[in-house]
Amino acid sequence: MTTHRGSAPVNPRNDSRGSAPVNPGNSTTELGLPTRRGTEGVPTLGDGSTQTKKDFTSDQEVRWCPGCGDYAVLAAVQGFLPDLGLRRENIVFVSGIGCSSRFPYYLDTYGMHSIHGRAPAIATGLATSREDLSVWVVTGDGDALSIGGNHLIHAMRRNVNLTILLFNNKIYGLTKGQYSPTSDVGAVTKSTPSGSVDHPFNPVSLALGSEATFVARTMDSDRAHLTEVLRAAAAHRGTSLVEIYQNCPIFNDGAFQLLKDRDEATGRVAHLRAHEPVRIGAEGSPEAKVVVRDPEGRLQVVPEQAVPQGHTVVVHDPADPDPTSAFGLSRLDDPSMQTVPMGIFRQVERPTYDDGVREQVQQATAGTTRDTASLDALLHGRDTWTVDGTRPGQVEQLLEGETTEGPTPAAGEALVEEGEEVYEDEGTP
Amino acid sequence: MIRFAGDSGDGMQLTGDRFTSDTAALGNDLSTLPNFPAEIRAPQGTLPGVSSFQVHFADHDIATPGDAPDVLVAMNPAALKANLPDLPRGATVIVNSDEFTRRNLAKVGYAANPLEDDSLADAGYHVHALPLTSMTVEALAAFDGLTRKEKERAKNMLALGLLSWLYSRDTASTEAFLRAKFAQAPEILEANLTALRTGHAYGETTEDFAVRYQVAPAPMTPGTYRTITGNQALALGLVASAYRTGLPLVLGSYPITPASDVLHQLSTLKAHGVTTLQAEDEIAAIGMALGASFGGALGVTTTSGPGLALKSETIGLAVATELPLLVIDIQRGGPSTGLPTKTEQADLLQALHGRNGESPVAVVAAQSPTDCFDAALEAVRIATTYRTPVILLSDGYLGNGSEPWQIPAAAQLPDLTVRHTTEPNATDERGEPVFHPYLRDEQTLARPWAVPGTPGLEHRIGGIEKADITGNISYDPANHDRMVRLRQAKIGAIADSIPPLEVDDPSGEARVLVLGWGSTYGPIGAATRLVRATGAKVARAHLRHLNPFPADLGDVLRRYDRVVVPEMNLGQLALLLRGTYLVDVRSHTQVRGLPFTAGELAQVVHENLMEVQSQEVTV
Ligand SMILES: Cc1ncc(C[n+]2csc(CCOP(=O)(O)OP(=O)(O)O)c2C)c(N)n1
Ligand code: SF4
Ligand SMILES: [Mg+2]
Repeated sequence: MTTHRGSAPVNPRNDSRGSAPVNPGNSTTELGLPTRRGTEGVPTLGDGSTQTKKDFTSDQEVRWCPGCGDYAVLAAVQGFLPDLGLRRENIVFVSGIGCSSRFPYYLDTYGMHSIHGRAPAIATGLATSREDLSVWVVTGDGDALSIGGNHLIHAMRRNVNLTILLFNNKIYGLTKGQYSPTSDVGAVTKSTPSGSVDHPFNPVSLALGSEATFVARTMDSDRAHLTEVLRAAAAHRGTSLVEIYQNCPIFNDGAFQLLKDRDEATGRVAHLRAHEPVRIGAEGSPEAKVVVRDPEGRLQVVPEQAVPQGHTVVVHDPADPDPTSAFGLSRLDDPSMQTVPMGIFRQVERPTYDDGVREQVQQATAGTTRDTASLDALLHGRDTWTVDGTRPGQVEQLLEGETTEGPTPAAGEALVEEGEEVYEDEGTP
Repeated sequence: MIRFAGDSGDGMQLTGDRFTSDTAALGNDLSTLPNFPAEIRAPQGTLPGVSSFQVHFADHDIATPGDAPDVLVAMNPAALKANLPDLPRGATVIVNSDEFTRRNLAKVGYAANPLEDDSLADAGYHVHALPLTSMTVEALAAFDGLTRKEKERAKNMLALGLLSWLYSRDTASTEAFLRAKFAQAPEILEANLTALRTGHAYGETTEDFAVRYQVAPAPMTPGTYRTITGNQALALGLVASAYRTGLPLVLGSYPITPASDVLHQLSTLKAHGVTTLQAEDEIAAIGMALGASFGGALGVTTTSGPGLALKSETIGLAVATELPLLVIDIQRGGPSTGLPTKTEQADLLQALHGRNGESPVAVVAAQSPTDCFDAALEAVRIATTYRTPVILLSDGYLGNGSEPWQIPAAAQLPDLTVRHTTEPNATDERGEPVFHPYLRDEQTLARPWAVPGTPGLEHRIGGIEKADITGNISYDPANHDRMVRLRQAKIGAIADSIPPLEVDDPSGEARVLVLGWGSTYGPIGAATRLVRATGAKVARAHLRHLNPFPADLGDVLRRYDRVVVPEMNLGQLALLLRGTYLVDVRSHTQVRGLPFTAGELAQVVHENLMEVQSQEVTV
């Protein structure tokens, strides 16, 4: 039997237009709890004191290849972190393995450059046990989506309060150019000389399918957009997944060139802005296109001037509790880069795992003290007897109340009514 | 010694456990051995489906669950057939005759009903064939709200009642247990109580049993006791360590037999500040624990052999980052999935060496169920003092086995207070205070544990080789050589804090030493007692620390003409001892998924004694 405890999800809708989110198939109790910011609980700088980019720059020599997109992201992050106003010592960057995962060494915060793929798990332990830290994960497409896929999806599912920067260069950089789980079919790399036959992940679709509450995509070279997305990601309480298209000039140069070239980009990038139509190109311009929902509910891209009958222009709502629209938008993007949505796909409120875990411990410890008396009580448990020293072997039985908290007797739990035995588990080996 | 055996659905573990509690309450010393199938429900009535629980109790100090039962309670033909080979002549056999149907007999290959021919009596057994199922149903006739099937389930309580009578045991604690358990289900409660009392009353009125046993309380050190399993003791040891270090306990774990109980236990102890995280796999579980350690908590992960294999890369990261971390392996039969519910101690070399590179970690082992408590405290002491991962080895036999535990006073437990580093530990060339994350303590060689949130000590750690002192990335060959040796020396330095090996050699004249580690402690103790009872001299010692070994271990080994090392593996400790000390230890091994029997080990010791003696003659 399973029992459910704890608070029901908070109203995930934060709709400034005031349209009532009616979703009869998904009834949740609205508790009207105030939204908690991502950095709540993290100590801030004292009055008047400020930090600059320099404060966040470590003394280590940066060692990426010349022209690597990672430089731009590092500069943007170093430039943005002071804006958070958090105490530097309360910021931690945890990374996996890959070129991008060298990131923590270059920031003068606390950091751990861990092992391949495991950063989300390590960060989960850290963020859950330390509410006063702002925890960031830096990972690559191979690190996050190949070896670390399991940890990534579970971090997002749990909604641990982390900001994950996923550097997607569609290649394994550090190991010198093998294809990755985001490389296109046909990609010719060191390990696919005849072209890859391996179907790629779309990281945004994957994140949405993993129950992520914040999913965004941005570009290494677009400093303003990157910073804007980072700001929203840091403010979000829960897992924020930020996919950063990153150029690797050595092993996969120009992977995102179509989106960097100003002329090309205009006709391809769909900027996702809350409460605005999803549009490609400048509003009103003859080339402008919009994303519409056709009568069957599918998303299509059509000229803004010629929206067919029965089609409705999609107005972006990242706070929509239903992820269908966000998922549809994520599917517009294909290797041809005909239409590439950039920006925040989804941003909804859901209780975070770390808050929930801490709350249970706090509730259980409320009003208790951790002292030798409480430890003594724990060690005694419920079933004790004393041996009297005066006559060796004389025994007195003490049967205390059976309800005291403490470990249960070995095989004591369960059974009789289920006719089952406690020690038996491990179903099919 | 009693063995309860039945189908895995018959509730034998519960029956055995209750009998254990009543026995402990009476003051008998005891030791238990649950033995159950790996499948939740193996096909009913078959040999693989047999589940048993053995209790050994006596009026003296007991070291093992015992070799051969005096009484076997067999709830069906499969249970009888599976357990007969262990039964000595003269043993009492109580069987549930209701289950000896032609179909059930056929299932396990009995051509004839053993209750109807003389085969059991010829083998010297006292057989009591009782229709336990129908007796139970009859006793519960008045319970209209229960189905026949539900009534039948209470037959284990009837059997327990009968055994309680046979061994002059009060059923009060079992009654109290049932009351607490079925507070919400009064009818089931009454049915169970009725069955229990019916069994007891049956014993009193029947003339079937000629003898009734009275086992006097065992002499024990004065104090307060409780019965405890190894896994419970381990969980309590971890919480006690958290109290004594002053750190919050954070457990990252992924369920696996026989370690899951520790996760279950700790998850009920939130009131003591315990955080438990059930991860998506073992790699994540240790990652979470290591993340918590980086944050300054007492990071712990619990698993069994297959899980330890998955954790190895992260243990390596903890070796490189030099963070305290406790990795607990409750060993089971291997390789691969192996024997999930059986015991073995074949992960020793995995614990010591199962990682890439020179990756030394401290390894300690628990030796009895209650000792799991002390082993946890010792492992935490090492991890926090030396800033290192420590692997604690227990096994299924210790984890599930139980024995009386003299409850220690919290205030008497070792003081393990941890202080995180809060101040810079050096000055730079301009005389400014700086923090060097890899500047070591001269004595312990431990590096500072400065946790995020500490102003001025911001630093980066990781798995890439670090420069000595500064902790910057370094590919310098000389530095790597130095760091590899420093990490090894740090683990070696732990030996300075380990007491000399305790050798039990009452006469001081023994020439044969039996050396063990882990759960062979009980069987070796029982075996040495058997050998000494014959007037022979034998010494014994048991290792808590497997890495590093106690500093005097080599001297101890060389003091004896013969060192015998019994292990439930193919000689892993023996390999280490030979390699480390060039001493020709004799390995005695067994990997049957069960602990050694005292009789078997006594025989081995005896043979070695003879050999050593005969050598003396020929020399
Ligand atoms: C367990 C393990 N397997 C393999 C490697 C080798 N390895 C290091 S980085 C990497 C791929 C990195 O690719 P990505 O995550 O995309 O990072 P990038 O270098 O492109 O930034 C691999 C396979 C490793 N370090 N550890
Ligand atoms: S290999 Fe590519 S990703 Fe790695 S540092 Fe060089 S340019 Fe950057
Ligand atoms: Mg990559």
